[in-house]
Amino acid sequence: MTDDAVRAAERRAVVRQSLSVGLATSAYGVSFGALSVASGFDLGQTMCLSLLLFSGGSQFALIGIVAAGGSGAAAVATSSLLGVRNGLYGLQVARILDNRGGWRLLAAHLTIDESTAVAVAQTTPRGRRLGFWVTGAVVFTGWNVTTLLGALLGNALGDPRTYGLDAAAAAAFLALLWPRLRSREAAATGVAAALLAAGLSPATPPGVPVLVAAVAALAVGAWAHRGDATREHVQ
Amino acid sequence: MSLWATVLLACAAAYLLKLAGHLVPQRWLEGPLLRRITGLLPVALLSALVVVQAVVADHRLVLDARAAGLAVAAVALLLCAPFVVVVVLAAASAALLRHLGWAA
Repeated sequence: MTDDAVRAAERRAVVRQSLSVGLATSAYGVSFGALSVASGFDLGQTMCLSLLLFSGGSQFALIGIVAAGGSGAAAVATSSLLGVRNGLYGLQVARILDNRGGWRLLAAHLTIDESTAVAVAQTTPRGRRLGFWVTGAVVFTGWNVTTLLGALLGNALGDPRTYGLDAAAAAAFLALLWPRLRSREAAATGVAAALLAAGLSPATPPGVPVLVAAVAALAVGAWAHRGDATREHVQ
Repeated sequence: MSLWATVLLACAAAYLLKLAGHLVPQRWLEGPLLRRITGLLPVALLSALVVVQAVVADHRLVLDARAAGLAVAAVALLLCAPFVVVVVLAAASAALLRHLGWAA
């Protein structure tokens, strides 16, 4: 194949991945829109959350706490704690994109689980950039359109679980994780993070287990780094 | 705090957190230890997201149609199925199990 043909094939593969992740996750916007209205937020507030906050976990946490009678401060604190994850993603995305000015401000807004996951899963710099922007754009568009639908139609559209879309989201994350598990270090990190998330889920607010699981990367990274340093010292 | 204030504060905090990650100077990430950790970070987060998406519901660990869908996805990945096929198979098996009433 020529270089152009290779690039075109790569582009198609990345766009396909972005679309499947984007469509599977944005379908949840329907349930967010419906739940938000049911929790006492009006249409404007619901759309404001999807357009400006734009991070599913934080949005669900915010409306959940308000619906359960929690204070506004508690709702904002939990939502923000969940958003720290996006800050961590931003570190990686900034390295991938190497943007300046306005593009960086826009990229920051689109820095979420899905766009970061698709971007880092690609093997070339071009693929990573494309994966980030296409996934970010597809999820942003889909999430907001379906939020509006959900808010307008309530639960009349039906439960996304009927179509197995919750399982699709889990499968998409697994498919993105899979190729990254080649090294022993990565496998150890994945297992530790999974155990942490499973162990913490019963006792902590939604989203916190994912955040704390990042500690697995810190621990395994530091441990492997020390192992390398010791070996170099011995040699 | 009014509902609008809650909404707008949460939006502002979310954006500032996202932006903070983008504005950290790149040289802070250049050491071998930090490169290693930031490389492992997505593995940890993706792995935790898989668990939370597949087996957690209302603060409990549950094995329902999502876990079955995930198992199907894992088999498809072992057989080197393409991404779209993995996702569609997982959704279809979960939907089918629920339709048949074999899983919640």
